[in-house]
Amino acid sequence: MLGNLADPIFYMLGFGYGIGSLMPHIEGVSYLSFLSAGSLCYSTMNSASFETLYSGFSRMHVQKTWEAIMNTPLTLDDILLSELFWGATKSLLSGAAILVVIWGLGLEQDWALSLWAIPVAFLIGLTFSAMGLVMNAVSPGYEFFMYYFTLVITPMVLLGGVFFPTERMPETFQSVAACLPLTHALQLVRPLIMGHIPHDIGRHILVMAAWGASSFWLAMGLTRRRLLR
Amino acid sequence: MSLISVHKLSKQYEATEVVRGLDLTIRSGECFGLLGPNGAGKTTTLKMLLGLVSPSSGEIRIGTHHIPEQARLARQTIGVMPQMDNLDPDFTVTENLRTYGRYFGLNTDVINARIPGLLELTGLTSKADSRIPTLSGGMKRRLTLARALINDPALIVLDEPTTGLDPQARHAIWSGLRRLIQQGKTILLTTHFMEEAERLCDRLAIIDHGQLIATGTPRNLIASEVEPQVTEIYGEMVAKWAEQHAGSCCDRHELSDETLYCYTHDSSGLLTILQNQTALRYLQRPSNLEDVFLKLTGRELRD
Repeated sequence: MLGNLADPIFYMLGFGYGIGSLMPHIEGVSYLSFLSAGSLCYSTMNSASFETLYSGFSRMHVQKTWEAIMNTPLTLDDILLSELFWGATKSLLSGAAILVVIWGLGLEQDWALSLWAIPVAFLIGLTFSAMGLVMNAVSPGYEFFMYYFTLVITPMVLLGGVFFPTERMPETFQSVAACLPLTHALQLVRPLIMGHIPHDIGRHILVMAAWGASSFWLAMGLTRRRLLR
Repeated sequence: MSLISVHKLSKQYEATEVVRGLDLTIRSGECFGLLGPNGAGKTTTLKMLLGLVSPSSGEIRIGTHHIPEQARLARQTIGVMPQMDNLDPDFTVTENLRTYGRYFGLNTDVINARIPGLLELTGLTSKADSRIPTLSGGMKRRLTLARALINDPALIVLDEPTTGLDPQARHAIWSGLRRLIQQGKTILLTTHFMEEAERLCDRLAIIDHGQLIATGTPRNLIASEVEPQVTEIYGEMVAKWAEQHAGSCCDRHELSDETLYCYTHDSSGLLTILQNQTALRYLQRPSNLEDVFLKLTGRELRD
């Protein structure tokens, strides 16, 4: 929990003050303020991912906690659903913690509007928990998760607009970014922190929900195949 | 009245058939042992009974529930002690029991009322607040047994309950199981230890290659499958000795490395010959379940 929080906060403060001092305002606000919305999404995503990958894998494969639970009236589907919501709960906590830092530094423009970042954090949590559970289902060991972080999470962070606006990227990158869930998370969270109502709210929610739902469906199929044969 | 009935149960993984047309009936209140070498299909059979693996064909009924369709309902009244301990290392002994009870939808008062009795049964009262990593292997095993009883199950399924335990810990588990049998619980256990099966089980089934090869009470199996006396003869010269004498003094014999197993109804002739020589050592004993098991499943190593 601390690791998931400390890392984005250090990045936010380090880059925010360090690079921010070299930069003009972005989209009308300081770089630190711009980056704070990115950090909120980043930490929220990381919390759900770490929870479902490393901790979830421990419970499934190493400690065999899932096996113990499946001997009770609960089923594997119940367990996956619980992991999904537990990962999202961890995300909610991380998102809320970053939001407190944002409030502390006075980076938000409209306090009441920034509160909406909390339900969005939960949605981000659900989406990335579901994606993490897919990886969990196919992973032979902890080492495997490095591929997911380096090949999926890192590019998504760089393309999705955590550190810099997506609009500054070449067009190919932009169209890839437009498909990624983190991009849509940011397009909801950043306006909320900067004090205006996001555009296309329905579309952003829909894209994240689609990633979440299809990933969860895939995760159920793959995990059943892994454990219930 | 049968509690479990299994009819023509089969399970196929791609080309390999792990369970092949198994028929079993387990009566309410008995302790039933499922024996077989590694890979015989014991664990797969248990998983099918619990509804965790779908059979390729066949029927399973536990109580009034059809498995796997009503497995969730059936598991409400089953306690399972798995082969590998899977206690939650982040919780204490008591917390492990309490959390597990919640998975059965039991309310906290009911669970809290049961915990002292379970800790007493398994000799863990003094460990109630200990963390799992501080427990010995035997204690973890006993806690796993206690956990299997948290829902006050009518049927207890034990997959190799004493594998890897020292004799003291094994006897502690056995005495716990005997108390459960006296309480009228139905027990289904798999084991590699013939001594365990012989001590605890009312009836057993021996399976190999996914098929039932013998079933009955331990005593009847020994009486019907093997001769009553066994003489084990050891020594370098034993193969040569066997050529000369085994045919005439044993009803049946098996040579395995430097040990000759002579099965007899009357061993007096054999013993006279053995007493008059010094090259070979020997041991005379009544036959047991292990002799039955080895006769039926062979002496070759299994994976």
